Amino acid sequence: MSASLLLVQLLSGLAHAMVLFLIASGLALIFGVTRIVNFAHGSFYMLAAYLTYSLAQRLPLGAASFYAAGLLAALLVGLLGLCVEVGLLRRVYQAPELYQLLLTFALVLVIADGVRVVWGTENLTGPEAPGLGGAVPIAGQLFPTYDLALIVLGPAVALALWALFYRTRYGILIRAATLDREMVAVLGVDQARLFTSVFVLGSFLAGLAGALQVPRQALTNVMDTTIITEAFVVVVVGGMGSVFGALLSAALIGVIDAFGVLALPRASLVLIFVVMAVVLIVRPWGLLGRPAALEGAESAGPVTPEGAAVPRPWLWALLAALIVIPPLLPSFLVWLLVEVLAFSLFAASLHLLMGAGGMVSFGHAAAFGLGGYGAALLMQQAGAPMPLAFAGAPIVAAAGAAVIGFFCVRLSSIYFAMLTLAFAQIAYAIVHQWYDLTGGDNGLLGVWPPPWLASPVRFFYLALAACGGGIALLSLIERAPFGLTLRATRDHARRAEAIGVNVRRHRLVAFVLAGFFGGLAGATFVYLKGSVFPEYLTAPLSIQALVMVLLGGVQSVAGAPLGAAVYKLLDTLVTRYTGYWQAVLGGILIILVVAFPRGILGVVRDRR
Amino acid sequence: MILRVRDLRKAFGGVHAVDGVSLELPRGEIRALIGPNGAGKTTLFNILTGQLAADSGEVWLGAARISGLPPHAIWRRGVSRTFQITATFGTLSVFENVQVARLSEARRSLTLWRQAGGLERDRSQALLAFVGLTDQAARPAGTLAYGDLKKLELAIALANDPALLLLDEPTAGMAPAERSDLMRLIVSISRERGLTVLFTEHDMDVVWSVAERILVLHQGRVIAEGTPAEVRANATVQQVYLGEGG
Repeated sequence: MSASLLLVQLLSGLAHAMVLFLIASGLALIFGVTRIVNFAHGSFYMLAAYLTYSLAQRLPLGAASFYAAGLLAALLVGLLGLCVEVGLLRRVYQAPELYQLLLTFALVLVIADGVRVVWGTENLTGPEAPGLGGAVPIAGQLFPTYDLALIVLGPAVALALWALFYRTRYGILIRAATLDREMVAVLGVDQARLFTSVFVLGSFLAGLAGALQVPRQALTNVMDTTIITEAFVVVVVGGMGSVFGALLSAALIGVIDAFGVLALPRASLVLIFVVMAVVLIVRPWGLLGRPAALEGAESAGPVTPEGAAVPRPWLWALLAALIVIPPLLPSFLVWLLVEVLAFSLFAASLHLLMGAGGMVSFGHAAAFGLGGYGAALLMQQAGAPMPLAFAGAPIVAAAGAAVIGFFCVRLSSIYFAMLTLAFAQIAYAIVHQWYDLTGGDNGLLGVWPPPWLASPVRFFYLALAACGGGIALLSLIERAPFGLTLRATRDHARRAEAIGVNVRRHRLVAFVLAGFFGGLAGATFVYLKGSVFPEYLTAPLSIQALVMVLLGGVQSVAGAPLGAAVYKLLDTLVTRYTGYWQAVLGGILIILVVAFPRGILGVVRDRR
Repeated sequence: MILRVRDLRKAFGGVHAVDGVSLELPRGEIRALIGPNGAGKTTLFNILTGQLAADSGEVWLGAARISGLPPHAIWRRGVSRTFQITATFGTLSVFENVQVARLSEARRSLTLWRQAGGLERDRSQALLAFVGLTDQAARPAGTLAYGDLKKLELAIALANDPALLLLDEPTAGMAPAERSDLMRLIVSISRERGLTVLFTEHDMDVVWSVAERILVLHQGRVIAEGTPAEVRANATVQQVYLGEGG
């Protein structure tokens, strides 16, 4: 590899880093002041890119059209940010963090489907930036002029932000609010206006990043999720809330990205997550963050007390119905019921973590996927009979959870969430790229139960025993001394350690148990489908489980199966009538979070 | 001596919160730790319970060195505490708050396959009765009035039948009548069980009436130690502390 090629690669990494910085700085700014983790930030970016594309075609300004379109798009996205903050976020600033996450996630879904409706699913190629097209020779290589302009623009924006923060009263307020929100409130600052303006500024920056990306990249429907993952990594590595940490880590991540593709093409997917995992393990508050951010996260869990258990007679009636009715149903419904059972257990296992433990995992799909791959590999590679493989799969998942949990349980709140996400992505990348063992992208096929178990009704009974039994055990665990103690650590970790509780050990045990039952759910699902794919370990599945738990109500483990059932039924029904399931789900989530933050079971209880 | 502290130091940045503190506590004594805000009282407590690591110095409980141990291990050796800002488990019921501490003492915190419901019931109820919270047992702790939270925290702290009890402003925010009730409870349990108590307090009436001896901390250092009468007469103490409005 020649030196000139390395130089060009470095420069192209830096150009990418500048776009990353723009989007990540907005994200960091919003988090720093409002403590909102804005998933929709990537959607704002995507929306601005598409808006720039369309506006540039329509504006009658000749060569200036592109630039005017970009600025206008960024402003429009800023305006959208204004509507979102005033219309939705304001209602949830006092709610548990989780509900805020869910709300911004709902926006992701709605905007994604919105973009699909307006611009279609085809990739679109945007215009070149007039005056900055073509390439310049650098050390004998050709380098895009536009990228060079970006490398100049990035530091200029950073400088402008620095001037804003350190040379204006507004900037001083922002910095003060990042350090100590109560203090700013005491100083007589109109907090609502400060929050709104910061959210608009952050959204504008995301919009600017999206507009600037148009000449560099074809526009796709997945721009939002790709960039938000990277932006999160940048913000976490730099230190949540630190704009200059974001600059530093954007440069780091951009360059690592660029060289990773050259040096380790097979590991390129996972490299930035490895970086994030290492940073979080060694320096949990990020490069330029402050350790203090870890404290004050003592009550990340639900603020309402645990609900009373579901009455026993109802449970027995439900069980009787589940035993008697399936033989009478058409087989597609029986299969659907099995799927509901698997996801009920999956959601219930997550409830142990996030409900009882207050540990919101963004990577619980790792347990599901490890259980699935465990089931498949034990049969296909180790030659185990299906019942043995079925029993072994959750142990595989629990072992994986023990390793992941060892690193994660020492972190709190959002850092825990990000590190679980990182590990799930790493597990995904391993499964995805270890072709010889896992079949890579193609997954593993033909993972069926033996003939004597294969009929819909028989397999249903097996699933009922495994998943129903699993849920019953989880429910017992949550009411056992262990579960009680776990809830105590969630309510007040320092108080818990001052009554002799080894908080980390309890969290780890919960993590491993959740992994075990999540793995059992994954194995059930894999035998239902007869196949397993790397996607089973990815974030969308983790988020699905989160949504199910919240849909049911986070206060009780009984809510999780209810949430799973409602989710699956809605999914099946809505996709039958419309292609825009995501938007419908997003709408439901928004209503849920804004109007019924305690979930279905919570509403039912309140009525009584 | 049940507690011996030798030359403890802790700095935050450039601020010496605890700056060479040494002290000894005989078994069964009730001692007050007083000093202006920022004197280092809470920092000292956090070091004693292992929730903060000292920069240097040693803490001995009886014949065992406890500095450097994690908080849960120190609690197991019989050092219990309450917090300045009341710390209870808000979503757990009042009964469960005490029960969870009792379960920990009984080493059952990791029991998975058995309902917690009836375990440690009698001991937990006795503790609640002792602080007068029997009527509130079923309520979520998060809904208690402030004074009741202070009582609950005391019940939690007594759950392991400690040898040394550290109380960080046990009566702050309580009505005067409640204050003297609570302190009377603490004195009586100390007499009955030989419990050693070290407490911080801003209400000087409480300090004069309850403490057998008083330790005065100022800017991280011990500036006086003695009986209430001796401390009252101490010129330095009057200058830096009592003169300010105590």
